[in-house]
Amino acid sequence: MRRFGPFQIEPTPSPAKGWMLVVSLAAVLCAFVAAAAIFWAFGINPLKAYTVIFVGTLTDRRATPEILRQTIPLLLCGVGLVVAFRAQFWNIGAEGQLLAGAVGGTAVALFVPLPAPWHLVTMFLAGCAAGILWGLLPAFLRIKLDVNDVITTLMMNYIALFFVEWLVHGPWKGQTARGFAYTDTFPATAWLALVPGTRIHWATLALGLGLAFSLAFFLARTRLGFEIRVLGENPRAARYAGIDPLKTIVVAMVVSAGAAGLAGVGEVAGIHHKLLAPEQISLGYGYAAIIVAWLARGSPLAAVLTALFLGLIFSSGDVMKVALQMPFRVTDVFNGLILFFLIGSERLLYYQVRWVSAKTGRSGGR
Amino acid sequence: MTLALHHITKTFPGVVANHEVTLDVQAGEVHALLGENGAGKTTLMSALYGIHQPDSGEIRLDGRAVRIRSPRDAIALGIGMVPQHFLLVRRHSVAENIALGLTDGPFFFPARAIESRIIDYASRYGLGVDPRAHIWQLSPSEQQRVEIVRALIRGARILILDEPTSVLTPQETRGLFEIIRRMKEDGCAVIFISHKLDEVTAIADRVTVLRRGRVVATLPAAGTDKRALARMMVGRDVEFRLRKEPRLPEADGLEIDRLVARNGRGLPALRGISLSVHRGEIVGIAGVAGNGQRELVEVVTGLRAAASGRIRVLDRDTTRLSARAVHEAGVAHIPEDRMHVGIVPTMSVAENLVLKRYRYPPFAHGPIMDRAAIDRFARQMIAEYEIATPGTATPIRLLSGGNIQRLILGRELSAHPTVIVAAHPTSGLDVSATEHIHTLLLRRRQEGAAILLVSEDLDELLALSDRIAVLFAGEIAGVVPAAEADHERLGLMMAGQRR
Repeated sequence: MRRFGPFQIEPTPSPAKGWMLVVSLAAVLCAFVAAAAIFWAFGINPLKAYTVIFVGTLTDRRATPEILRQTIPLLLCGVGLVVAFRAQFWNIGAEGQLLAGAVGGTAVALFVPLPAPWHLVTMFLAGCAAGILWGLLPAFLRIKLDVNDVITTLMMNYIALFFVEWLVHGPWKGQTARGFAYTDTFPATAWLALVPGTRIHWATLALGLGLAFSLAFFLARTRLGFEIRVLGENPRAARYAGIDPLKTIVVAMVVSAGAAGLAGVGEVAGIHHKLLAPEQISLGYGYAAIIVAWLARGSPLAAVLTALFLGLIFSSGDVMKVALQMPFRVTDVFNGLILFFLIGSERLLYYQVRWVSAKTGRSGGR
Repeated sequence: MTLALHHITKTFPGVVANHEVTLDVQAGEVHALLGENGAGKTTLMSALYGIHQPDSGEIRLDGRAVRIRSPRDAIALGIGMVPQHFLLVRRHSVAENIALGLTDGPFFFPARAIESRIIDYASRYGLGVDPRAHIWQLSPSEQQRVEIVRALIRGARILILDEPTSVLTPQETRGLFEIIRRMKEDGCAVIFISHKLDEVTAIADRVTVLRRGRVVATLPAAGTDKRALARMMVGRDVEFRLRKEPRLPEADGLEIDRLVARNGRGLPALRGISLSVHRGEIVGIAGVAGNGQRELVEVVTGLRAAASGRIRVLDRDTTRLSARAVHEAGVAHIPEDRMHVGIVPTMSVAENLVLKRYRYPPFAHGPIMDRAAIDRFARQMIAEYEIATPGTATPIRLLSGGNIQRLILGRELSAHPTVIVAAHPTSGLDVSATEHIHTLLLRRRQEGAAILLVSEDLDELLALSDRIAVLFAGEIAGVVPAAEADHERLGLMMAGQRR
């Protein structure tokens, strides 16, 4: 407990909602300030850079829809991670689950000819299943053998990544691809409709929004959601209450990995129309989704807003490339800095600043 | 050596833990610090031992003001502490533990060099400890002696004993008192922290009573009595007698037959226990902590698998059932660690009240939970069990210990269980919450529940139980009717003497 003039800083066990918002915004602000140093090193005035980024991204007729297009995979992966994190299952593997989903979707697109609407529906189902498969292995390892979930989910990402590499260089390499590493283009029945003039595959966006709302209801109002919350908040109490940890973690991971799998299908069916190199399918959406979920502080609805924010950062990468001649990967620097400050500020949540008058006349037990 | 604390005040967020506490201890004196849990005893001693700093006030040693910033400072000033929960490295030997943290030992083999000093101190004060024994081989009372020797070897002339008897049998307590008397004769000052009135009147020269962080009185122990001390400690008259109405036990409620179980490290914890609890009966389980009580509770409530043996609830075999199925079979569980097991601290009062029954009507219809029904139930429980809470949506963590325990009892008892397993149901609670919980358990006994009561408080066991079973090293050392039991007899059985 410290005093600075009339202010007193003291620990609090329960951060208020408003304070959470203040700390999160302050962390993001700190990240921007730190990033300013990088602009400076590039010889660009940071103020000018931010003006270009925000004004450019938010006003340019081609850049604005890109925000939504980038938001789609971030939202799907992000809301899924919110659920996994609520169960205290640290799923760092949304990236791999997204790639697994892309592979599942591609398999159906290329090798299972179906009539128009059913082709896409089956692709989404297959992608979702593939993502779940990828996510469940770490879940079983954690519950049955107590293997660290952060490490297994992270490592599964690399397996997925190299598996996709192998597919597009080897067995699935397209007839028309010549020297390039990608599959044949999907048949028209496997193309998602876009909002005209943009790259927004609206069906996947609707899926993400629907998922955000239904998961908010799921966590707050259903038995399974209750079990996930109890397990996440206090695993020993969950055991005492007779909640099966395996079943509960499996449910959380089915939701989390399944959503990431859907995002993978959305990317290949909506944007690329083929399976290609993993770093082209995903610009690191699965990793950035960790920020989406963390900023959302356990709320699937808040994840809609935080996904939009990260979407803005991703789409600003193109603006930076064109207007400032900076490499697109600067966005990774942004993301890294935001996550760094966000996690770094976590302890701050558990302190509150109080204004105290000259005399403190409180008393209590203990 | 004279120690004086002057006007010590320490505030934590929202609570004044110590307010203007003044206290002095003379060489050759045992000064008892008496107070309920949460009265500020431990906070005061933490300030003296340098664990945290008081907001105001000063500490004087032989008339000189001193600042104690860390336990290291305290040790240098000759202040030693025997903590309630021992801080020993279990896999190391006694000598290694004592050598750890001593600065004057040789660089190589410090433990060897210190052995003769250990034996020297041990014989001077009657502390029988083998320097080469490993901590894990020692009983709690022996570990306590290691802590005392460690403090003395570090040069302590003022020794703080924090609730030293909580892990001891009555006989071991007498042994500890003998050690304290010898230290006293040697000119040491001893600060004896306790909430047990009998012990305080038996060992202390002077008593300081703390209530809600303030000193109520400091008085010579001779010439005071239990009732007067209790009144000072609690702030009102305390009823020492509970009304327990006679009741004829009915058929078996809980039957345990040759039960064998292992503890978390795979070692045998229960070695063939047979015990039955009839409906309308309270069977108390006495024993020094760590003799299988926790495992017994966990196996009966389905949280731990039995290696062999059988458990029956109302003639239904529940040995292999999950915790949920055991609960459904009619077994309520009031857990020992109420904050970490019994509740989900961050969730609301209402959600915690349905922690066991959230999946059944009227609280859930199919997969969807019914918030209105849960809220209605919560309001009803808050009224019925006198739970003081701002509302049903309040995070339960903000409630006091007594109210949390009322909530847990309310939740468990409202399911109308046949069998109630209560583990240390009143530990750490103030007198009024304890009374309330005792009344609730006795009422359930009257209504025909079979109650298994595990406690370390022999007075509680004697007051509530119909029969008392004593656990020692995973076996039942004996079962005695509570009417025929006393501290002496139970104490001998707690130390392993069979009857």
